[in-house]
Amino acid sequence: MRRLTPLFVLLLIAALALAACGGAKTAAPAEAPAAEAPAAEAPAAPAEPFKVAFVLPSPVTDLAWGQSMYDGLKAVQAEMGEANLEIAYSDSMFQVADAAAAIRDYASEGYDLIIAHGTQYGNSLFDVAKDFPETSFAWGTAVDTGADKGLKNVFAYEAAAQEGGYINGVLAAMMSQSGVLGVVGPVEAGDAKLYIDGFKAGASATKPDIKVNVSYTGSFGDTALAAEAANTHIAAGADILTGSAQQVVGAIGAAKDKGAKWFGTQSDQSSLAPESVVATQVFDWTATIKDMIALHNAGTYGGKAYTLTLANGGLKIVYNAGVAVPAEAKAAADAAMKGIEDGSIKPLP
Amino acid sequence: MSNATGRSSSSKRLGGDRLFDALLPAIATLIGLLFGAILLLVLGVNPITAYGSLFQGAFGTVSGITQTLTKATALLLVALGICIAFRGGVINIGGEGQIIVGAIASTAVALALPNLPGMLLIPLTLLAGALAGALWGGIAGVLKARFAVNEILSTVMLNAIALQLMNFLLRGPMLDPEQAAAGTNVPQSATLPDQVWLLRLVPRTLLHTGLILAIILAVLVYIFLWRTTVGYRIRAVGLNPSAARYAGIPVRRYMALAMILSGAFAGLAGAVEVTGVHHRMIEGLSGGYGFSGIVAALFGKLHPLGAIPASAIFGGLLVGADKMQRSVQVPNSLVVAVNGLVVLFVVASDYFVKRRARRRVADVPPAAMPPLAAAVAAESQG
Amino acid sequence: MFNELLQSSVLIGILYSGIRLAAPYLFAALGETVAQRAGVLDLGVDGIMLMGSFAAFYVVFETGNLWLGVAVAVAVGALMGLLMAVISVTYQAEQGISGIGLYLFGLGLSSLLFRVMIGSVKGVSGFPILRIPVLSDIPVIGEIFFNHNILVYLAYLMVPVIWLLFDKTTLGLKIRAVGHNPEAADSLGVSVNRVRYFAVIFGAAMAGLAGATLSIAQLNVWQENITNGLGFIAVALVYFGGWRPLGVLLGSLLFATVNALQLWVQVKGINIPSDLAVMLPYVLTIFVLIFASGRVRQPAALTKPFERSG
Repeated sequence: MRRLTPLFVLLLIAALALAACGGAKTAAPAEAPAAEAPAAEAPAAPAEPFKVAFVLPSPVTDLAWGQSMYDGLKAVQAEMGEANLEIAYSDSMFQVADAAAAIRDYASEGYDLIIAHGTQYGNSLFDVAKDFPETSFAWGTAVDTGADKGLKNVFAYEAAAQEGGYINGVLAAMMSQSGVLGVVGPVEAGDAKLYIDGFKAGASATKPDIKVNVSYTGSFGDTALAAEAANTHIAAGADILTGSAQQVVGAIGAAKDKGAKWFGTQSDQSSLAPESVVATQVFDWTATIKDMIALHNAGTYGGKAYTLTLANGGLKIVYNAGVAVPAEAKAAADAAMKGIEDGSIKPLP
Repeated sequence: MSNATGRSSSSKRLGGDRLFDALLPAIATLIGLLFGAILLLVLGVNPITAYGSLFQGAFGTVSGITQTLTKATALLLVALGICIAFRGGVINIGGEGQIIVGAIASTAVALALPNLPGMLLIPLTLLAGALAGALWGGIAGVLKARFAVNEILSTVMLNAIALQLMNFLLRGPMLDPEQAAAGTNVPQSATLPDQVWLLRLVPRTLLHTGLILAIILAVLVYIFLWRTTVGYRIRAVGLNPSAARYAGIPVRRYMALAMILSGAFAGLAGAVEVTGVHHRMIEGLSGGYGFSGIVAALFGKLHPLGAIPASAIFGGLLVGADKMQRSVQVPNSLVVAVNGLVVLFVVASDYFVKRRARRRVADVPPAAMPPLAAAVAAESQG
Repeated sequence: MFNELLQSSVLIGILYSGIRLAAPYLFAALGETVAQRAGVLDLGVDGIMLMGSFAAFYVVFETGNLWLGVAVAVAVGALMGLLMAVISVTYQAEQGISGIGLYLFGLGLSSLLFRVMIGSVKGVSGFPILRIPVLSDIPVIGEIFFNHNILVYLAYLMVPVIWLLFDKTTLGLKIRAVGHNPEAADSLGVSVNRVRYFAVIFGAAMAGLAGATLSIAQLNVWQENITNGLGFIAVALVYFGGWRPLGVLLGSLLFATVNALQLWVQVKGINIPSDLAVMLPYVLTIFVLIFASGRVRQPAALTKPFERSG
């Protein structure tokens, strides 16, 4: 065995060295023009499809954050025609280093716009963006376009999740019979926290004596615990629930079984429980995507930060036709929406 | 005992045998990929194109090789710890948690001492990561030694605890002040002072000096396990606890020690990821290295030097599989499934190596020797 | 502030949730107990559960037939077990690593099948609550114990079944023998590997059932990685239970009930950080084991493949 090991090691080193040498020979010329290629081609050949790559930490079928962007891309593709917009994606890239590799790889393959759909990708994205000045990069949740680092090719985007949270809170408070609402949160941070804070603010502004119970599962994907959290809220008297992240499908299932109502966020969740989901705050990225594509085609590769809000139509409250919303609740929600749009209501306390 | 029987028989045939042994994992990998090819065909993807891009992605370009080696760095560090633990007879599946606490501690130290020169701050930061990992592994080790709490149970639980600890710290005490100010509250720490960033070996890639550190440590771990008394005792405990006890070795204490050292390496991996790759504490940093490090260690036959190529190959498989996902646009889950198959076939292929080893070492009764022990025995006699 | 938790409705809620939550752990951990008693550590439980849960969900989604879903989940679990047995028993693979391989395989394949066969998150109507007549009318007790779906009852029924299997049947004796002293068992004419095949496949079938419990009885949806590591906890609970069905029952109940408790702590607005609340079941499981257990001997041949000597 002892003799075998060095042999094994040697063989491998040799194989690696060979691969490295072989690779270097073919790769050196191949990589250099790759960085230049999009610059030369993009304006010259409009017949080429616009190529978007999409890297995200969760699955594209998460019915939440990941799916909201995927649906947006699909919608833009349907509008532009499949021949004109090419979409490639790498999902479940939970490990940041893998995502970084994917981002760099897509960039060197000449994709025009690379969407890094996770804040944790930021550092890696800036590193890559430096090397591909003619490629557009976008990341969110973020507001930093890297301008202070001298970058001109990074878009940033975020969603003012608290706004729809507020509206959902208003509706929930108006519709609750028991006066108790339940929130199934993932990890107490970022987008989820904004949404939940907005929901609480909206509910208590509508009915000061309403009780909003909040629990977190400590994970984005613990579907079983999210379901039990929903059951617990219902047992504690809540008749209306909400929550965020991909884990909520468990909570929605529980709400459906117990006849509780549900308010969603991020992606439209009414298909999962048509008799329970009252309304969903949908993140509609289509306008953002289209604007980034237009800017890129006009030669502006980044530098703009987008925020989805109710006012700019990026956030939509999508009512589920299957659940009746009382007229006065709808009116209160519309009033709150107007208030948020004109700035007279602050969705965060 | 000797393996003279083996050596004196036909040395030519034996050489061929050993070459076959060495190639066996590769053959098994191919079989795993062959099954994956069936899945690819079902999805309407040409497997040759797919696997071409896998190999190209892992080993065929400079950027691919640097990615592979970056991944191999973390895998190797974890795998070294796994070598010590498994050789010492403790099963450490708490790598994930140990990586996380290592990353937390090193981030805290680097952020607390922003004015220290890199010469001091880098060792201090890495040491902090290793110590935190040692502590986290040590909890499992002491629980086992002192209270007979099985380490599989405690490490599974400690993984979950470390994850929640990270969630807690990253949304409060360690949250990036910029994130707090912007109100976005994305769970990550502030960026580390740049004198603590490990040098990048190849510009514009993530490959950093941690790789060199990991290789040096692999040699040191080899020397430690095979050339020092403490290392010998750890192996003795793992090989046969009752015999070790009979020989006067405090078995439980050495099991705890193996766990502590194992945790230290995983913690160091966390620190190296922070200082070499991310430059901050971030969620998704451990991302499976705690488990894939076990696979890498066992692919390397639980030998610190074997772990070096094993980490590179397994890292390459992971990197190449991601590349394949991108170039033929299959769901990432296919890649995960194929990796699982490769692991299964490679680990099963070991059977043929062991059978040959047993034939060579005919005077060791095989039934009394678990595979691990057989491998160790064959090696120490060789 | 803790008075909030001492209301009877809350206490009933915690116990009710705990019993419900424990069911999938119980199936999976009892199955793993059988495999480990025969000497095989199957770390791939989570992957098997994922496959079982998807199979059950898919069948119910397509046919609406719940029991067919259960049957298919059990069969798929058993197939995964067969794979594990071939690799770990016949080919004597290092069990820690083959389990990780099996986990990855199940995780990947179930997600892939989901993408290809269903495509987006959907719901089904799962097993309804089955109130046991008379018993469910008993105040408090009835509410806590006799107000669940049928798979929950089945999970608890498996505790005495496995106990009987180990202690009262020849097969159980053989299982324990091959896990404790395979050489002796072999010399008495027991086919060590055949018994181990049975134990691993049986354990995996139970894990498939645990998956079905999640996807067609408790959550009634399916999503990629729906188990989120539940199977690894189940393996840990086998060690907690000291390889005895009753111990596994206590471990599952403890873990699940503390989980239910921490949810109530959060829902009732008791002021501790949510992350620390989530930690609670993991911390307590370790602590209880420190104080409650004596030194339990593990099956002597656990993780050790068997090869007949000479």
